[in-house]
Amino acid sequence: MRVNGVVESLDIEPWVSLLDALRDHLGLTGPKKGCDQGACGACTVLADGVRINACLALAMQYADKEITTIEGIAKDGEGRHPLQEAFVRHDGLQCGYCTSGQICSAIAMLDEHAAGMPSVLTPSVQPASAVLSDDEIRERMSGNLCRCGAYNGILDAIRDVAGRETVS
Amino acid sequence: MSEKYVGRPVDRLDGAIKTVGEARYAGDHRYPDLAHAALVHATIPRGRITAVEDAAARAVPGVIDVLTHENAPAMKPPPKVTLLNLSTLAIGTSVNHLATDEVHWNGQPIAVVVAESQEAARHAASLVRVTYEEKPAVVDFAAEEPNAVPQKSNALQSARADKGDAEKALADAEVSVDLRFTTPQHSHNALEPHTTTAVWDGDRLTVHEGTQSMAWTRRHLAQRFGVPERNIRMLSPFVGGGFGGKGQVWAGTLLAVLAARATGRPVRLALTRAGVHHAVGGRTPSAQRVALGADRDGRLTALIHTSVARTGRVGGHLEQITAASRHLYDSPNIHLRQSLVQLDLIANTSMRAPGESIGTFALESAVDELAWELGMDPIELRMRNEPERDPIEGRRFTHRMLREVYAVGAERFGWSERDPRPGSMRDGKWLVGMGVATAYHPSLQMPASVTVRLDADGGVVVRCALHEIGVGAATAQAQIAADELGVPLESVRVEIGDSDLPEGPMAGGSAQTASAASAVLEACRKLRRSALDLARRSAGSPLRGATDPRARDGGLYQDGRGETYAEILARAGRDHLEARAGVGMLRFLARTVREQRRWMKAASGAQFCEVRVDQDTGEVRVSRWVGVFDIGRVINEKTVASQLRGGIVMGIGLALTEETLVDRRTGRVVNASLADYHVPVHADVPRIDVHCLDDPDPTMPLGLVGVGEVGITGVGAAVANAVRHATGRRVQDLPITLDKLLPH
Ligand code: FES
Ligand code: FES
Repeated sequence: MRVNGVVESLDIEPWVSLLDALRDHLGLTGPKKGCDQGACGACTVLADGVRINACLALAMQYADKEITTIEGIAKDGEGRHPLQEAFVRHDGLQCGYCTSGQICSAIAMLDEHAAGMPSVLTPSVQPASAVLSDDEIRERMSGNLCRCGAYNGILDAIRDVAGRETVS
Repeated sequence: MSEKYVGRPVDRLDGAIKTVGEARYAGDHRYPDLAHAALVHATIPRGRITAVEDAAARAVPGVIDVLTHENAPAMKPPPKVTLLNLSTLAIGTSVNHLATDEVHWNGQPIAVVVAESQEAARHAASLVRVTYEEKPAVVDFAAEEPNAVPQKSNALQSARADKGDAEKALADAEVSVDLRFTTPQHSHNALEPHTTTAVWDGDRLTVHEGTQSMAWTRRHLAQRFGVPERNIRMLSPFVGGGFGGKGQVWAGTLLAVLAARATGRPVRLALTRAGVHHAVGGRTPSAQRVALGADRDGRLTALIHTSVARTGRVGGHLEQITAASRHLYDSPNIHLRQSLVQLDLIANTSMRAPGESIGTFALESAVDELAWELGMDPIELRMRNEPERDPIEGRRFTHRMLREVYAVGAERFGWSERDPRPGSMRDGKWLVGMGVATAYHPSLQMPASVTVRLDADGGVVVRCALHEIGVGAATAQAQIAADELGVPLESVRVEIGDSDLPEGPMAGGSAQTASAASAVLEACRKLRRSALDLARRSAGSPLRGATDPRARDGGLYQDGRGETYAEILARAGRDHLEARAGVGMLRFLARTVREQRRWMKAASGAQFCEVRVDQDTGEVRVSRWVGVFDIGRVINEKTVASQLRGGIVMGIGLALTEETLVDRRTGRVVNASLADYHVPVHADVPRIDVHCLDDPDPTMPLGLVGVGEVGITGVGAAVANAVRHATGRRVQDLPITLDKLLPH
């Protein structure tokens, strides 16, 4: 399995989740466990660029995938990803426990949108029809819970990076 | 003091580390021989364990031990709760875990499995077979409510109040409402499940845990495990949310430490999400009556607010449900009573604005209903009953700006555009409603000690065992110290989250920031004085003869003359100066009692809400929110607004979706997951416009009042009042789910 650009080999039981493999075996504790049941999004990582709940994935199934965690999203491993900076600027966090999941999720969400993937709010499945309105962002980010309620700041951070005006 | 940083929307200092995934929470620490623990939870509400069958569990590869009441080393029993030793308030329940065969609630931890991996521990825990002798249990709050007994008052909290004859005044009133409300049990559901990593080294113990009360937890562990306090180090630099749920010591903490001692291995015990519901208390459910009488002009003649809440038979927080009714309205006749039932359920605990969050739902809904009865604008009704002094005790308010918050809020919200007729405002299939309610939360301080050090290189180090549960604890204190010492923010480092630091306040009661600020201010004052003394003693100092220099530009200056701290220290041959500040517990309690007699202090606000209700399905969406608050001086606009918004978001959950469902037969929490307990998600939360008056409370350090809890107060009622406006329906039972709005 490639994790954040590095080839890692692991000797683990088949029932170890991707989340536990990353956290307990590779020491990548950026992804968090909020529920271990796919209900909170704190464990969100990217598998070949697609967002997944690492707690619901078995590590073995991802042996041939490129996994990216919050630790690896900054380009070239240097500096910080624009979303990481925007989250701080817009105070899109409080306790920080949901944050790595929110950021990973947002990166993939923006890519999904750019690729024309519709959400339940999108009026038509024509790729051009999905304006990334505030409501679209909210809908598409609703798998990532923030119990501290930093949703306004998270939205502002994402919109800032997506480079869109407020469209409500 | 030159104010360069206080009041500015400074980015939180730990934002960077939290956004790159490097902030280490309690479950993120690695030890080479770390073992993992998992809990076995009782499946009956009350009775005795007659047998534990653990052979299958022990046979799982990697299992190190299975601890039960039959083989676990004994902890000392928990002490009695007393105000003379505040750390006894840290006790979650009175059960001495794994020292008894008694079961007191469904879900009580009754065994711990320790294994080489999480998977092995959890699998083995599922194989432990327990047989019980069941006893009858009382678990149904609604059924038990008629048997409630009066709640006792104590030195800090009063459970009753009487002024005049409220029942008679109610009967005589020209206009009145008399309503019953219910609110369900709630769970904090902080996103980080309670996690403890415990490491023994001989009789020294290190505990990594996200807690809201390091000092009390340490004291409690010392007592339970029979080691001196100084042998225990609590590390809690980041807490993944608390909201009251991490303010006390629950089974997970104790059993992790016990398991580590029993196995001789470092042990991590991370509760599962369901485990959090079974092993950590939540907010009590309540049944409340609010009755209001008034004359035709809307002047209150009677205010009655009574409540029933629950505790567990094995402990529980006493909730001040009628507290806001003591302070909000001027009525010649007031009657307040709080009662309790005891159930065979886990002890309840404080959750964000315990008392006020659900108490204001009832009170502020009733006030709104009275406005309907009177045909009066609900803001106008409130303003007509705005008291000059604290209505029951006649104390003066240190700061009372409810008129101002309503005026500003009405303007920002566009209240004048509200057509008062119910159901009159529409947007397609949506019925639009607007509601308001008052937010109110008393302000509190706790003892705190800090040290502030000034280094020869100009650096400043503030040290205090503060808890970072998301409030930006270090950031606010860094801003204050930077201004007090006149140094750039970048040169201030704040060390928190470690029990080896000077003892901080617990992160509760919205008290942490103000409590620490008062000590930081004092320490900085002492430091300036020592620096000046040093300078004046040296012949060459431009500060010779200076009496009252200002701290600025990294040093002290008076009348254009002065020098930097670095210069002062260098000339005196010192590499640093340090000052300590803080009050002892006794002095602190004496001061608190004195102040409480004299003043009523609080944070307050006006919550404005717009909802849209689907006319066919009854689905409620919150579409707009304006919250205007009087929280004294704002230290950091950005983090303060975030905290207030966070309270409002949790309040939207309280209003519309949140409910811990307890099985009425078995006492088991049946929705013990984030899939079934619905907290607000992105799509549930509109833009929340938060505005603070920013007018200092003269009795508080720097004029600041804590903001952690006031945000959630009034929210439930603002939503319910907006729903009333949209639909004409008064929902008195939370949460306002769509079944309660379907046409009957
Ligand atoms: S931990 Fe994976 S979704 Fe919650
Ligand atoms: S910042 Fe605490 S859960 Fe999102």
